[in-house]
Amino acid sequence: MKYLKALILVTFAVLLIYAAADLPFRGDPDNRMHDERSMTNTPVAGNYYIQEAYHDAHTPNIVTVVLGDYRSIDTFGEQVVIYTAGIITLLVLRRTRRRSS
Amino acid sequence: MRSQFDSPIIVLGARLLTPYIMVFGLYVIFHGHYSPGGGFQGGTLLAAAVLLIRVATGRRVSRLQIQEFATTPLAVIGVIIYFATGFAVMITGGYFLDYGQLPIPGMDPVWLRYTGILIIEVGIGLAVMAILVMIFDNMVKGEDYA
Amino acid sequence: MIWELELILYLFLVISGLVALKVRDLLVAVVMMSVYSFIMALLFVSMGAVDVGFTEAVIGAGVTGILFVVVVYQTTRKSKD
Repeated sequence: MKYLKALILVTFAVLLIYAAADLPFRGDPDNRMHDERSMTNTPVAGNYYIQEAYHDAHTPNIVTVVLGDYRSIDTFGEQVVIYTAGIITLLVLRRTRRRSS
Repeated sequence: MRSQFDSPIIVLGARLLTPYIMVFGLYVIFHGHYSPGGGFQGGTLLAAAVLLIRVATGRRVSRLQIQEFATTPLAVIGVIIYFATGFAVMITGGYFLDYGQLPIPGMDPVWLRYTGILIIEVGIGLAVMAILVMIFDNMVKGEDYA
Repeated sequence: MIWELELILYLFLVISGLVALKVRDLLVAVVMMSVYSFIMALLFVSMGAVDVGFTEAVIGAGVTGILFVVVVYQTTRKSKD
């Protein structure tokens, strides 16, 4: 059984490495995601962000503009998720410990 | 926590490190337009500074810094800052969280977007710091972690 | 990035993960998880994702370690298996 586990792990690792060999190189400007037009001839969103982020918000950090301006509703959802996690710990952990002691 | 005794080295190290971590967290929040960083990272650094003084010195000293009942209102204020920024734009006739029409007079829309990003980063930082401290306080409640 | 240095980082990543799985003392496992997160942050930075690396270094190696230490001190320190 132990050898079967090891065999499954090695097989999965070989499969992942074989799949990762087809990934495009990091930072290559000829990649598909850096084109102005996609394969179906529609405009690509990331290209617009790189070209127009500084003119839209006067902010040199593109990541801040994308997280705070273009995708701000997504960031709002993340903040609500963290807030819900905090409230859940308050509800779960606060009462039981005081009652048991 | 359970078997802890007063160690002056740990207390002195925590007291020496905490202000610098806190200043660096504020720098990460307010300089997020020009360097890597932003609300989440800066808020977590502020929470790390508060948690360091809580772990090292115990309840009696950490009561001077941020008290336990103050964390939940701070988290709510952080979420409300974010939501109110989006809602103020909706009142003046724009879309939700479209900062170009914030009701601040005398600024063109590009600098209004700059200001809007800064306001919501402060809200995110406040909420994240308060919630991480709140999770720690609820975990150790009932036991003296000094 | 020099690829020999990256290879050494990957090696330490695997070693710290295995030690965190196999060790009996749970406090050592928590420290090894922090080391794992920090090496992961270095790898993210070497790939060019500075924001992701910053977040990983602060959250994974800082605050998560403190919360795990609190949990370890409120339960048992030795693991059964």
